[in-house]
Amino acid sequence: MNDRQTLGSARQTTDAAASDSTTAPAGTAASARRPLWLALGGTALVVLLALLPLLAIDIPGVLPGPTYTPGTLQLLAYAMLIAALALSYRMMFGLAGLLSFGHALFFAAGAYGLGMALDAFAPVEWPSELIFLVSIIVTLVAGLVLGATVGALALRVTGIAFAMVTLAFAQAGSVLIRRNPGGATGGDEGLALDITNVPDALVGVMNTRNLYWVALGVLVLVYLVVLWVEKSRAGHVAEATRENELRVRVLGIRPYRLQLLIFIVASVLAAVAGMGYVLLQSGATPRIATVDFTLNLLVIVVLGGVGYRWGAIVGGIVYTLLDQRLTALAGSDAIAALPDVLRIPLSEPLFILGTLFILVVLFLPGGIAGIPQRMRTGRKQHPAEAEETADA
Amino acid sequence: MSAPILTVRRLSGRIAGQQVVENVSFEVPATGVTALLGRNGVGKTSTIRSILGLIDRTGEVTLDGHRIDRLPTHRIVQQGVGYVPEDREVFGSLTVGENLRLAERDDRPRRDFVAQLFPDIHDRRAQRAGTLSGGQQQMVSLARALVNENRLLLVDEPTKGLAPKIVDEVAVALAEAARTVPMLLVEQNLHVIRALADRVVVLSGGRVVFTGEAADLLDDEDRIQRYLGVHDADAAAEGSSR
Amino acid sequence: MSTVVLLVITGLGLGALYFLVASGLSLIYGLMGVLNLAHGSFLTISAFLGWEVGRRVSDGTWLGLAVSALVGIAVGAIVAALTEYLLIRRLYERHIEQALVTVGLSLASVALFEGIWGTDPIYTEKPDWLGQTTVILGAKIPNDRFLLIACALLVLGGIVLFLRRTRYGLIIRAGVENRSMVTALGIDVRRSFTLVFAIGGAAAGLGGVLSSVYYGYVSAHLGSTLLIFAFIVTVIGGLGSLTGAAIASVLVAVLQQFANFYLGGTGDLVVVIALAAVLLVRPRGLLGKVA
Repeated sequence: MNDRQTLGSARQTTDAAASDSTTAPAGTAASARRPLWLALGGTALVVLLALLPLLAIDIPGVLPGPTYTPGTLQLLAYAMLIAALALSYRMMFGLAGLLSFGHALFFAAGAYGLGMALDAFAPVEWPSELIFLVSIIVTLVAGLVLGATVGALALRVTGIAFAMVTLAFAQAGSVLIRRNPGGATGGDEGLALDITNVPDALVGVMNTRNLYWVALGVLVLVYLVVLWVEKSRAGHVAEATRENELRVRVLGIRPYRLQLLIFIVASVLAAVAGMGYVLLQSGATPRIATVDFTLNLLVIVVLGGVGYRWGAIVGGIVYTLLDQRLTALAGSDAIAALPDVLRIPLSEPLFILGTLFILVVLFLPGGIAGIPQRMRTGRKQHPAEAEETADA
Repeated sequence: MSAPILTVRRLSGRIAGQQVVENVSFEVPATGVTALLGRNGVGKTSTIRSILGLIDRTGEVTLDGHRIDRLPTHRIVQQGVGYVPEDREVFGSLTVGENLRLAERDDRPRRDFVAQLFPDIHDRRAQRAGTLSGGQQQMVSLARALVNENRLLLVDEPTKGLAPKIVDEVAVALAEAARTVPMLLVEQNLHVIRALADRVVVLSGGRVVFTGEAADLLDDEDRIQRYLGVHDADAAAEGSSR
Repeated sequence: MSTVVLLVITGLGLGALYFLVASGLSLIYGLMGVLNLAHGSFLTISAFLGWEVGRRVSDGTWLGLAVSALVGIAVGAIVAALTEYLLIRRLYERHIEQALVTVGLSLASVALFEGIWGTDPIYTEKPDWLGQTTVILGAKIPNDRFLLIACALLVLGGIVLFLRRTRYGLIIRAGVENRSMVTALGIDVRRSFTLVFAIGGAAAGLGGVLSSVYYGYVSAHLGSTLLIFAFIVTVIGGLGSLTGAAIASVLVAVLQQFANFYLGGTGDLVVVIALAAVLLVRPRGLLGKVA
């Protein structure tokens, strides 16, 4: 359709063909061993992360203090929950190509759902462990029902219209939370967690390390579920649908159900991350239900690299740390001394992140996780490109 | 014979990563009608669209000696290439008059010429093109190309899906147009090809398998069967009015 | 009766604001397939700059408001055209990336506005008449509603005239229907992309100044709120349809007003339910082309 695109994709294909022919024999031998190495490396990383609260690693400038301090653990736990949420979002956007602007709704549903359930079940004559467990199950079921309802409606349209519809539903959720119906959500003030029936081990600053482990557990759980979905038949079909919906339809498969399935799984996973969040923060604020919160998720996933599972994790952690450090930087004397033209933009973390995001989209289509690949092959490639040429 | 108006060298085209035109080479002489033939799905339409840059392409295309394979579609058309697409692609929400005005790129568009050629269309200027019959839409699509002075016409299946009587009308209009401008014509209907084509280029499996005088192909039952997969002209006509 | 009149006219006024945002969104999407999340930022920057210039010329008078409106229109058009030229064009035909860039622009610009003008709303002055009411059929109607409705009608009429009467309008209408065929007629359709962005930006810019009149303040989040309703309006009206956007703007805003009054402030929720209903019955919207 235009010369720029034509040249770009032509170059890309010749490169791909060239690399295929040279690396294919070596690649097959190596790829047989790769999953094992990845699994081992991943396990080692998880073990290392699990041991962090017992160690005293200090990375000045990146972490606010040594790794055993509650402040640092709190930040890391928050980053891991955001990474888990980003992973669930990537499964929809990166794998199935569903650009949702409403994912925050399900995170908020998990956070507010657990908070409100714990509140509602408080007077019952049950042991508090049971109440805690039942509240979690109730929240999961609520997340499932919500995801199924919104997904079933939103998936009636595709592409950009789908994005708009999910955005509208999330906005409704956001408005509802701010309205504070029956005093259940706490309105603009936010919801304070009722700790009566929360296990003691998960309450208080001294127990931050336990919450950290919970967050790590959530991240690992979400990762495994996402991995399982991606490797399943549903995942493959969803991926194929993203690349070429027509071809999938010709094979007699209706992508709607599989897309809905993925939408629901992603929603429930987001709710799980939300439950971790409400425990970690001892409450929830309406901010987590806003469209801006979803947009930040989108930034995280693209920043990390849409084409890579671990991109979402890297993105989530980098983004959270960057946001935290930029906020600290904004309040620093060095910034305050600058003239207005520099001071105002530099004291707004979101301005810097937003600008960074634009630059990544324009110049680094693979995101952070795509950098090694780019350095190896020196070519531009973006996973979402195929679907773009399909509708051209 | 004079230099060809269009030369196509090693042209390949791709849609959504899939090769639809493979290393095609042929020429279109500066006069007369060259028919581009082949079985259904062989890549005739994709070849035309590749020449115009409407799909991703590689290879060398020259118009009157000048390379056009790196130009965007609108620049190619501005060089004097008239295009009548498959399925007509008139703008249904626009009136007939608006369709024609949109297509005018010359300073002095040939409105009278078009009005004479298609009096029915001329009378329906204020009607929305979406409400026209298939035959009338084809006339609009032809008129859009003929309203400008062109150096080459690319005409893609102009009789597809039309009633026999309308097919004749379209063929007459094409013959009229072909008197002044060379044409590359994709066509299924062997009657129309017989009436119009001077030369033929046959595609098979995305490649050129035959190039030559139209008569050499059309008088050879065996070649028709082999290249086009039809037994005779009648079967071809039937196939095209499906 | 007087309540109904008040609700209808207030709804029309709010619908006017929705339309000023949605018209640009719908045209941009229809022609280019771009979902422009930065559209709210065009509105906000226009509201701020319009207010800054207007109050310096003559605060709280018609002259000041007129200056604000002109500045808002110009700023909206220029910022939108620059956005298309510098960011969107580089990602030609890559719709997801184009949407992502506008997401980044929206986040960054709102943060910048907060840095410059603070996070709290800044209350604005308006001509006295706009703060008064006019009695119609027993209902006391705030006068600013009439201004909003009149401006939206002017913009609607102007855009329709432009689309019907000019060559660029013709190209845009044809491009919304079948863009590649427009290029195949030898027309550089990309040139009209910048134009469509500029028109949409100008309408949003006017909407920014008018919303500061309607709400009585300017704030960094002015655009974000209106943008969400404008999205709903464009989906209900049918993506790419200007008339659809106009009709849906009025329907959504009036529905919202009635629900807020009679159903205990549930206007926003009722709007989303209406969206769900439209999607169930007619996924392409009221006047949208077949997807």
